[in-house]
Amino acid sequence: MAQMNMIEAIRSALDVVMDADPNVVILGQDVGYFGGVFRCTDGLQRKYGEHRVIDAPIAEGGIIGAAIGMGVNGMRPVAEIQFADYIYPGFDQIVSELARLRYRSCGDFFSPVTIRTPCGGGIRGGQTHSQSPEAIFAHVSGIKTVMPSNPYDAKGLLISSIESDDPIVFFEPKRIYNGPFDGDPERPAVSWASHPKGEVPEGHYTVPIGDAEVVRPGSELTIITYGTLVHVAVAGAEATGVDAEIIDVRTISPLDTETLVESVNKTGRCMIAHEATRFGGFGAEIAARVQKDCFYNLEAPVGRIAGWDTPYPHAFEWQYFPGKKRMVAGIRSMMEVE
Amino acid sequence: MNKKSRLHIPRPTARPGEKPDFSYLDLSPAGSLEKPAIDARTRDIEHLSSGLVRVLDDDHVAQGPWDPKLDVGKLHIALRWMLLNRMFDQRMWQIQRQGRISFYMEALGEEAVSIAAAMALRPADMCFPSYRNQGLYMYRGLKLVDMMCQCLSNTRDMCKGRQLPIMYHSNKANVFSISGNLATQYPHAVGWAMASAIKGEDHIAATWVGDGSTAEADFHHAITFAAVYQAPVILNVVNNQWAISSFQGTAGGERRSFAARGLGLGIPGVRVDGNDLLAVYSATLWAAERARRGGGPTLIELVTYRGGAHSTSDDPSKYRPKDEWQTFPLGDPIERLKQHMISSGHWSDEQHEQLETELKAEVLAAWKEAQQYGTMTEGPFLDPATMFDDVYAETPAHLESQRRRMIEVESSNGAGTSSEGGAS
Repeated sequence: MAQMNMIEAIRSALDVVMDADPNVVILGQDVGYFGGVFRCTDGLQRKYGEHRVIDAPIAEGGIIGAAIGMGVNGMRPVAEIQFADYIYPGFDQIVSELARLRYRSCGDFFSPVTIRTPCGGGIRGGQTHSQSPEAIFAHVSGIKTVMPSNPYDAKGLLISSIESDDPIVFFEPKRIYNGPFDGDPERPAVSWASHPKGEVPEGHYTVPIGDAEVVRPGSELTIITYGTLVHVAVAGAEATGVDAEIIDVRTISPLDTETLVESVNKTGRCMIAHEATRFGGFGAEIAARVQKDCFYNLEAPVGRIAGWDTPYPHAFEWQYFPGKKRMVAGIRSMMEVE
Repeated sequence: MNKKSRLHIPRPTARPGEKPDFSYLDLSPAGSLEKPAIDARTRDIEHLSSGLVRVLDDDHVAQGPWDPKLDVGKLHIALRWMLLNRMFDQRMWQIQRQGRISFYMEALGEEAVSIAAAMALRPADMCFPSYRNQGLYMYRGLKLVDMMCQCLSNTRDMCKGRQLPIMYHSNKANVFSISGNLATQYPHAVGWAMASAIKGEDHIAATWVGDGSTAEADFHHAITFAAVYQAPVILNVVNNQWAISSFQGTAGGERRSFAARGLGLGIPGVRVDGNDLLAVYSATLWAAERARRGGGPTLIELVTYRGGAHSTSDDPSKYRPKDEWQTFPLGDPIERLKQHMISSGHWSDEQHEQLETELKAEVLAAWKEAQQYGTMTEGPFLDPATMFDDVYAETPAHLESQRRRMIEVESSNGAGTSSEGGAS
């Protein structure tokens, strides 16, 4: 075991799979010589060479399109899109090609591309470096959508993603690259060193795609969340003293409905929290599942805590971000329902 | 506001009722362009992108350094497959008109594009076709009956009813799956070629796109990546003059050739008479050899004419002169090769007619067989429960659950066996 932050854990995952499989190649802007703007691929080009860790032109559609072709030719490409906010020029290649190739050719062709992309705000990135577009991708059949909330899961899920024959969009919440964040910007930053999920095995292991995790057991309320807000939810539950069960979804699609439903049927209350905008957000899908499968056990309407339905405003980041204050208020109001 | 718009709106030279006018088409005499060495520098051969590589002259005689000097056997093969492509298309068009398939696209007048390339490439070279490249699948061994079954969405459909007619695929034949979205295959071909180079193999990729689709971002992404990494790929632009109703000027072909699109990136461009099988074969072979030796990509523009409608859903008489194809200066690829073979004493009208009869019979036999596996109106039918397969490598729980619901609802005849009705 070693202490790793999320960046080191992601780098370690890439290292492990590249070492084991010569067909794994990395393609993206600044990923090679420089090692990525967030340093996730630092040192990998020196170790595996510039034919396997490839600096790409600034053309997201080209990166994903070329990665698809490489995958068809037997490689296992890991494409990095520098910010999730920049993924849209590659959207058609993801939706119309990557997601549907296996289906349209009845399995004759497929391309096992993993797309890594940092998402989320809380880093003073403004509206072009802060978005959380996971719901847009979760809506597309044929791809899987993953978002880890800690170093251990990040490494295990990334190895699973790269080894999977399915295409995967792997979102990395960049606010928690260096440490968990409880949603209170006034408090000093915390590192992963003191967090149990900062303990990461150095070798190969996997966290299965499609499995949610109960990160805090509880009996009064279920908070269903993922990414940065997992830590905000934990802090919110602690601050209110409510015995909340917190579930880290981990895989957005396909969703581990069973774990969510079992928990809500037990607690009778369900709060969904994500950083992305609320309208048409992924929380709506979870809410629909929960009301159908837990209807007779619900003691309060299903609640949602999310980003406001505006673009991400630079100067009002902390009014926009669904942080600790909103989490605490949300939990309290939900517990008031008799 | 009395100011007049100063915007340039590209217009074709002739619309319905007007006299066809191909004066805009720059032509070079057959045999007039030299054939550069395989390792020629792009800057030294830029003129190949504005000239026109032609082998067959107006008297159907092969001329000049691009003459591949194919033996008689090869010429027969070329003629046979172009003719088969045409006979197949004719039959399928008819079948669509009879309402027995939903949609079709023919390659009328463009048969040399696919057949010449398929002959010049090696079997292990990977093709990323556009929707008018059915000739590639045929030449590489896909059975006519299997192609027909795809168009019928019947029990033997390679796409299991998931794709519109003509969206074939064949991993075995090294011809990629046709998407239906335009130009998306271009970056795939480049990525495939990059992987081939990374693996140290000498297989190359080839891809095709129409003149209209060169406007897509994917085209520009692809040529950039191809140039940056010197990917072993042949980038074909099939300039058939028309993108549905938009003439090639709408995609930016008015002032410079499509072959020149790569010059800014250092990609050599070769403008080729796309209706001259010998020229297409020769240019493809040149580009393939160049790519195989590490010389990187070549952009080939194949100047041709879309002899038919864009698809069975299109009516070209609404936007172009009816007799435009008849006046196209580069003629018909099948007729030209046929005349070349006749004039060199290797073929006759009688032999040609006999071949046509044989191929028609072959197509008809395939059609008779294909119908046995079902049509749109008569069984046997595909099992709709298979629609949930292949979304992922393994079917996840929510899709299995939807499959069960679909079967339940379909077998209930709307009687509502479930408390939830159709909801899930």
